[in-house]
Amino acid sequence: MEIQRKVKYEEELDKNFSKEIKEMSRCEEIDLCIQCGTCSSSCPMAVYMDYPPRKIIAMIKNGFKEEALRSFTIWLCPSCYTCQVRCPAKIKITDVMYALKRKAIEEKIYPSRFSIPVLSQEMYRLIAKHGRNSELWLVVNMYLKSKNPLGLLKMAPMGLSMMKAGRMSLKIEKIRNKKQLRTLLKTVKERAK
Amino acid sequence: MREYIYYPGCSLKGGSRHYEESLLPVFKQLEMELEELQDWNCCGATAYFSVDDTTAAAISGRNLSLAEKTGKNILAPCAGCYLTLKKSNEFLRSGNGRAQKILDGLKSSGIEYNGTIDVKHPLEVIINDIGLEKIKEKVTRPLKELKVACYYGCQLVRPYTDFDDPDYPITLDKLTEAIGAEPVDYTAKTRCCGGSLTGTIEEVGLGLNYVLLKEAKRKGADVISTICPLCLFNLEITQNKIIKKYKDDVKMPILYFSQLMGLAFGIPKEDLGFSRSIISLSSMWEKLEKGGAR
Repeated sequence: MEIQRKVKYEEELDKNFSKEIKEMSRCEEIDLCIQCGTCSSSCPMAVYMDYPPRKIIAMIKNGFKEEALRSFTIWLCPSCYTCQVRCPAKIKITDVMYALKRKAIEEKIYPSRFSIPVLSQEMYRLIAKHGRNSELWLVVNMYLKSKNPLGLLKMAPMGLSMMKAGRMSLKIEKIRNKKQLRTLLKTVKERAK
Repeated sequence: MREYIYYPGCSLKGGSRHYEESLLPVFKQLEMELEELQDWNCCGATAYFSVDDTTAAAISGRNLSLAEKTGKNILAPCAGCYLTLKKSNEFLRSGNGRAQKILDGLKSSGIEYNGTIDVKHPLEVIINDIGLEKIKEKVTRPLKELKVACYYGCQLVRPYTDFDDPDYPITLDKLTEAIGAEPVDYTAKTRCCGGSLTGTIEEVGLGLNYVLLKEAKRKGADVISTICPLCLFNLEITQNKIIKKYKDDVKMPILYFSQLMGLAFGIPKEDLGFSRSIISLSSMWEKLEKGGAR
C-alpha cells in the first residue's frame, strides 16, 4: 500500500478559481454560502455523488479546482433545481454546476468515457449541424463515442418497442434554414466570447 | 388574451408524438387552434448549456425571434423546452452586456429579437387564460373512478415558479379534478425522474423512478399523468427493469394530461395517441368502463 498525503497545503490550492467561477454567468452569489447543507439534503442525486453540492460550493470558494472539476458531482446534477429554489442565500446552484461542467469540458478534465459529458457534446454537435436533435442518433452516438457498444445492445429491445409504437425513427431531423443557423453560431461566438 | 404559437421541440415530433396528437385536438376544442412555429430549431435543453451557454442563448434567440415575427407568445409543452426558452428569454431581455452582444450577433445574422414575447406552458394557459370553468363546460364524459397521480417533474415548476408552487404544485391536480377524475395525494409529484441520467446511468434511473412508481401505487393511483416528455419516457422504459430488480409489481400506465383531457372531452380515443404507450393500458380502460366514461 502506498501512503499518500490526503490533505492539501494552502499553497497547492488555486487562489484564482473562486474568482474565475464567479465571473461566469449566474455564479455571482457563491460567497454568500453559509454552508447550511439545504442543497445537499434536497438533492435527489446526493447519494451517488463523490462530493455533495454543499461541499462543491466550499471547494470553489477555497480553490480546490482540480477536485471540483474532476468530481462526478457536476455530471450527476440532473438540473432539477430543487437546491436552487431552496437555497436561503439564493445561490443559483444548478447554474454553478453548469459553469463547472463548461469549465471541465474547456479544460478537458472530465472522467474519460463517461457518458454524460459525451451526451452533452453529442447533442451540441447535432444541433449545430442540423438545427434539430434526432433522438435515436443522439443515443447511438453517445454509446459509440463513450466506447460502450454493449450498452447500445442492451438498449435494443427498448428501441424496438419504441419503433413499434411509432415513437422512434431513423430519420435525421433538420431545419430548412441551416445556413442562417451556421452564420448565427459563428457570429455570436465571435462577438460574445 | 394573447395568441400562442406552438413550439413542439424534438420530443413532440419524436418519442412523444402522442403528446402532440392529444394536445392539438384538445386545444382545438378549447377554441384555440395551435399553429406550429415555422422552421423552429431545437432548444438545446440542459445539454447545450453545459457545453456553451453563449450559443445556447443564441439558438433560443432564433426561436424567440421567429415567434416574435408572428406576434404571438410561445406555447412550449415540453418542460425542458419551456425552461430553456424561458431562461434564455429572461437573459436576453436582461440588458446584461453579454446578452446585448448576443442580440447584436443575432441581428447581424438577420435575426432580430426585441424581447416582446413570453414563453408559456399549456398547463399555465389552461389555468390562467382559459380557466377551469371552461374546461368543466367541455367535459362530456367525466373520468369517474379513475385515480390519478399528477406528476409535474422538475423544470415546469422550478426555478421559475410564477404560476404554481415549486415543491407542492396543485394546478394539474385541479385540472384532473375538473375532468372528473380523482387526483391522489402524490407526495412525489416534483421529485426527480433523473432526466437524461436515466438514459446514461441505469442504476440511478431505476432507483429514482422506483420511488415515483412506488409512491403512486401506495396512494392507490391507476395511472400517472404528466406534463413532460422525458418524465413519461423514463417512467415507461424503467418499469420492467424495476419490477425485476426490486421484485415489486409497480406496473402502471403513464399518460399525458392532454390525453386524459381529450378522453373527458369525448374525443375518440383512437385520435389521442393511446396506441403509442409501451405499457399496457388495459387496467385503465377497465376502470374507465366501470365509471361509465368508456
